[in-house]
Amino acid sequence: MSESHYRHMKDLPSTHLLGAGTAMCAGCGGLQAVHEVYDVLGEKTVFVNAAGCMTLLSVYPFTPFRGSWLYTSMASAPAGAQGVRDALDLLVAKGRLPANDDLQVVVLTGDGAAYGMGLSSTSGAIDRGLDFIYLCYDNEGYANTGQQSSPATPHAAHTATDSGVLGHPGFKKDLFGIWVANRPAYAATVIGTEPLDLARKIERAKDMRGPRLILALAPCPSGWGFDPGEMAEIGRLAVRSGVWPLKEYDDGRVVHTEIRRPRVPVEEYLVRQERFRHLFEPERNDAELSAIQARIDAYWECVD
Amino acid sequence: MSRMLVTGNAAAAWGARLARADYVPAFPITPQTEIIETLGGWIEAGELDARMVTLDSEHSMLTAAGAAAATGVRVFTATSSQGLLYAMEMIYTVAGWRAPFVLANVSRALAAPITLEPDHNDVLAARDSGFLQLHAATCQEVLDLTLLAYRLSEDEGVRLPIIVNLDGFYLSFTREPVQIPEPSAVDAFLPAFDPGGLGFSASRPVSQAVAVLGGGPYSYFRYEMHEAARNALAVFDQVAADFGDRFGRHYSPVESYRCDDAEIAFVMMGSFATKAKDAVDQLRDAGQAVGLVRPRMLRPFPDQALRDALVGRRGVAVIDQNLSMGLGGVLHTELSAALCGVPNAPVLASFVGGLGGRDIGASEFFAMVDVAREAARSGMPPVPRLLYTRSELREMRKLQGIAAAERAAAGQPGDGA
Ligand SMILES: Cc1ncc(C[n+]2csc(CCOP(=O)(O)OP(=O)(O)O)c2C)c(N)n1
Ligand code: SF4
Ligand SMILES: [Mg+2]
Repeated sequence: MSESHYRHMKDLPSTHLLGAGTAMCAGCGGLQAVHEVYDVLGEKTVFVNAAGCMTLLSVYPFTPFRGSWLYTSMASAPAGAQGVRDALDLLVAKGRLPANDDLQVVVLTGDGAAYGMGLSSTSGAIDRGLDFIYLCYDNEGYANTGQQSSPATPHAAHTATDSGVLGHPGFKKDLFGIWVANRPAYAATVIGTEPLDLARKIERAKDMRGPRLILALAPCPSGWGFDPGEMAEIGRLAVRSGVWPLKEYDDGRVVHTEIRRPRVPVEEYLVRQERFRHLFEPERNDAELSAIQARIDAYWECVD
Repeated sequence: MSRMLVTGNAAAAWGARLARADYVPAFPITPQTEIIETLGGWIEAGELDARMVTLDSEHSMLTAAGAAAATGVRVFTATSSQGLLYAMEMIYTVAGWRAPFVLANVSRALAAPITLEPDHNDVLAARDSGFLQLHAATCQEVLDLTLLAYRLSEDEGVRLPIIVNLDGFYLSFTREPVQIPEPSAVDAFLPAFDPGGLGFSASRPVSQAVAVLGGGPYSYFRYEMHEAARNALAVFDQVAADFGDRFGRHYSPVESYRCDDAEIAFVMMGSFATKAKDAVDQLRDAGQAVGLVRPRMLRPFPDQALRDALVGRRGVAVIDQNLSMGLGGVLHTELSAALCGVPNAPVLASFVGGLGGRDIGASEFFAMVDVAREAARSGMPPVPRLLYTRSELREMRKLQGIAAAERAAAGQPGDGA
């Protein structure tokens, strides 16, 4: 593995490519991740977007991107990437586009598209070995429509569709695992609050060919219920508690890029979010809290 | 130029080949599959310099088609029936991208009940999408309309994708003699795709298909599509005139057959109109002044050409191979609107026939003329009718009887039908 350019925080890009003044909420963890990813990928990119919060990044006649953008639909952004990639290849091969005008094709979707509705087109793109990066900002719900439960919503979280005392009855799906099981070129989990880890992974993915997943946990003040100013702390706690393992799949192996010991109790992460308030008030739900902790511990036992 | 005996599906594939399509996103469905298999074979054999990619669904296929066209290559794709409906979100979406390409739809009736044989409810579901629609009645037309469709779609005053429709089985699997034009002659008629303002590249960043806020910009862009579609009426005439000069085959948006002095006219679309032509010939032999009017173009709607063809007839039998549930035949409705308030407009008699590939017999055409003539005499439009014979109904009752007996044998309560 070649040495990373990004060894210290001071190595991170100091000029930011994504324009300011978007329609995203203050403290949006998804936007933070997109910013950081874009700084490393650069402007020779075309973002192929699915319906979700980030669709409102480009609203006529404005765009914060210096490169290109194509909005498709909720289900089919990877198929849009297929069409763009194939067309660029054809244009270059047939001499109708100079090779240095080529672009990196980046799918940008939320978890609802990535874990659910878009999984068929994602699966097809992986089957065909499509040369693209899939950047998913995972805010653990259908945020754009008001944070209903999605296939990425964690167990017990309150959402607009699971507002009872037990919260969401399902369990967050393992999208990273689904990708890895199908041997993509690369897959990694990231979070905007760990910018160095993120930059190294994007740097790594950038020069590879084939299907590459960047799965970013995206703390969402509006959907999760916390003050925008707390976003960075929530993100750090997601990693320190072990809720969001930072890892990468490369060369046929999964490697954890940060292993925290000791881990912070998951309670510290949960208690700061409105969506888990019912686990603490009016009464503490000890059974549920320890079940959540036990699942995290079990995960890390397999890693340790 | 060579003359070959080919199916409608092969004629569609020839259209794509002669148009030098760069890119063919695909997904199999009966009765369309032969089109993509034919193209795939040519690509394998090095006879067509294109890339074909099988997607995970028609929804993805249409997304890839639109995205590739929006990146600047010439795209051909094909589907049928359930596939067209599965893709419907993207049919509307990619039309809004103003990315020109051609989609061959091999008409097949829609579920439920599921069937393989044709009618036009599939393609009519795309009626309001922004895709233009050309309907072929012969294998030669399938090829020629595909070539015309590229010129029309890519015209700078149009820039909308186009569906070329051919009926499943009756055209898709029927061999007819087809003139295959010389590639060089087609190249002269259809120059390489000029992407114009489309395309993504490092030196020219573009944001495509972005969101709008509010009804103002939305209405503007949507009405612009409508105007582009209306422009296609005049552009079609120019393109078809050029095609006629080069290839000797002349296409108008509306075909009129033995109509000049006709008192009664049939109006219908697609390959079943050839049945109407046979009936017209027989009726003419019997001394009756009957003709056929067949829209080749459904979108944009050639309302003026239809008025020109129909005003002066006394009665018109509109035969819809589709059914808008709770309304009736779609073509009948659209024609009624086109003729509304026009002095001397003929009385329209509405018939629904040929659903799910059901044949339309000569005697039925004769009977429809009688109904249309009586309507013209009385000035009263008759009640809409489904073409369905007594013996068909008897057969249907038999099937229902068997179904009831089967249910009873399985110990389930019958429904008395
Ligand atoms: C086919 C379709 N169904 C539903 C919607 C409505 N919709 C728009 S965004 C969205 C939520 C998407 O969730 P996710 O992918 O997680 O993105 P987020 O909103 O969280 O950014 C939904 C359901 C749609 N645009 N298209
Ligand atoms: S709802 Fe959440 S993900 Fe969406 S813009 Fe707001 S903070 Fe970001
Ligand atoms: Mg989401």
